[in-house]
Amino acid sequence: MTDELAVRGAQYLVRRTGDVVAEVGRVAMMVVESVTQSARALRSPRRIVQQMKAIGVDSLGLVTVVSLFTGAVAAVQAAYQFSSVVPLKFLGSVILRSVIIELGPVLTALVVGGSVGASIAAELGTMKVTEQIDALRAMAINPVRYLVVPRVIAAIIMLPVITVFADAIAVFGGWVVAVTSLGVNTPTYVSGLRDFFYLRDLMGGLAKAVIFGGIIGMMGCYYGFTTEGGAEGVGIATTRAVISSCVLVLISDYVLANVLFRFLFG
Amino acid sequence: MIRIRDLHKQLGPKRVLTGVDLEIATGETVVVMGRSGGGKSVLLKHIIGLMTPDRGSIEIDGEEIVGLKEKELGEIRRRFGMLFQGAALFDSLTVGHNVGLPLREHLRWRGEPIRERVRERLEWVGLKDIENMKPASLSGGMRKRVGLARAIVMDPRFILYDEPTTGLDPIMADVIDQLVRSLQKRMGVTSVVVTHDMKSAFMVADRVAMLHEGRIVFTGTPDETRNTKDPLVRQFVEGTSEGPIQV
Repeated sequence: MTDELAVRGAQYLVRRTGDVVAEVGRVAMMVVESVTQSARALRSPRRIVQQMKAIGVDSLGLVTVVSLFTGAVAAVQAAYQFSSVVPLKFLGSVILRSVIIELGPVLTALVVGGSVGASIAAELGTMKVTEQIDALRAMAINPVRYLVVPRVIAAIIMLPVITVFADAIAVFGGWVVAVTSLGVNTPTYVSGLRDFFYLRDLMGGLAKAVIFGGIIGMMGCYYGFTTEGGAEGVGIATTRAVISSCVLVLISDYVLANVLFRFLFG
Repeated sequence: MIRIRDLHKQLGPKRVLTGVDLEIATGETVVVMGRSGGGKSVLLKHIIGLMTPDRGSIEIDGEEIVGLKEKELGEIRRRFGMLFQGAALFDSLTVGHNVGLPLREHLRWRGEPIRERVRERLEWVGLKDIENMKPASLSGGMRKRVGLARAIVMDPRFILYDEPTTGLDPIMADVIDQLVRSLQKRMGVTSVVVTHDMKSAFMVADRVAMLHEGRIVFTGTPDETRNTKDPLVRQFVEGTSEGPIQV
């Protein structure tokens, strides 16, 4: 009995591993096709601009709220950890560096992944189940060029833009808490920001945002394109797009942190 | 001419096509009838290369399309127009942009020439001044007609119709049938119409083919179909639940 269970467990693991490998392969094929189609897609920048607008509008409200409170919490937490050890004049420095290196890009990517990634998967998934993607192919229009490339490029361009905005809002949120409840005055906070600002930190954070944008756009499109069934299928695709975006953002964040801040800038 | 030989397709555990043989001559309109879920739409999607068969051959004007790459299939598809069951209009685009999309993408037309052609093709299907409307605000019959205008905007040599009258009231279904007929006369296209609507089938067909259990089991003119003694076809034409086709 135990042997039989072990064999079934092993078979399940092998099957699941095979499924995951196959899925990675399909995503890789879509990435390759997107790259090969991108030159032609760039000839119609109107579609990319439309997607950039949609991504900005979809995420700006939520990013503002999340960033504001992230900065505020960062200020409270930093003040708590500084207590009797580090002077509060460094509060601005700590908030700024933690925001532009890590919190800004990652939290923005998670928020945008949840809103924009879901919206892309839902839109393309609905197009798939209502045969609109088949209709494009029937008209000899490559759906990857027409639908995927503009969304991925728009996400790659917009994520750094939204991240800069999120960084600014978070620093502002930290300032509000610092001056209203932690007894730090504005000149001290601002000098803290200035003293430890390094351009490479900002560039590293934005480089992360570019990669995260590509991940979010591609995952939304991939799960939209592979939607099956009706409304239930669209729901499943949307959930998978969000989960995979978030997981891949966190994994690539670790890899990028090592590459950028240990090997490149370290 | 479209020539289909020994076409097989399995989807999951279900063998949908089990050896379809069918020839459609240039300029001819063939109606493929059969039960819902019987593989009619799957057959249509094979003809335009949207699905790949497990086995068999499809020739379009003597050119084998099975095994072609997506880019080569694109060249073949430009000879086709297809009306999808739900019209498959792009929700985010206006009617005018929907109909004019192939002109913009393939011929790189812009501005007035597109507007003129779109206006003309919408008039052919009996629609006027709806270019700026979104598909969501159209009725089912209007959506089908816009889908048809889009299918004919590039002057195709072949038109594929997937259930063109399904979901429409009898009057609108008749309007669509008349349109199919008038487009055949006006454009001289080769057409394949998939339907289980017998009234529609008899109205538009030069020849009727019946798909049953994955094969073409009967072909004949509308008159031959009406008068056949084949029990399968009789049961389908008469629409009775008693007979060799088990529900």
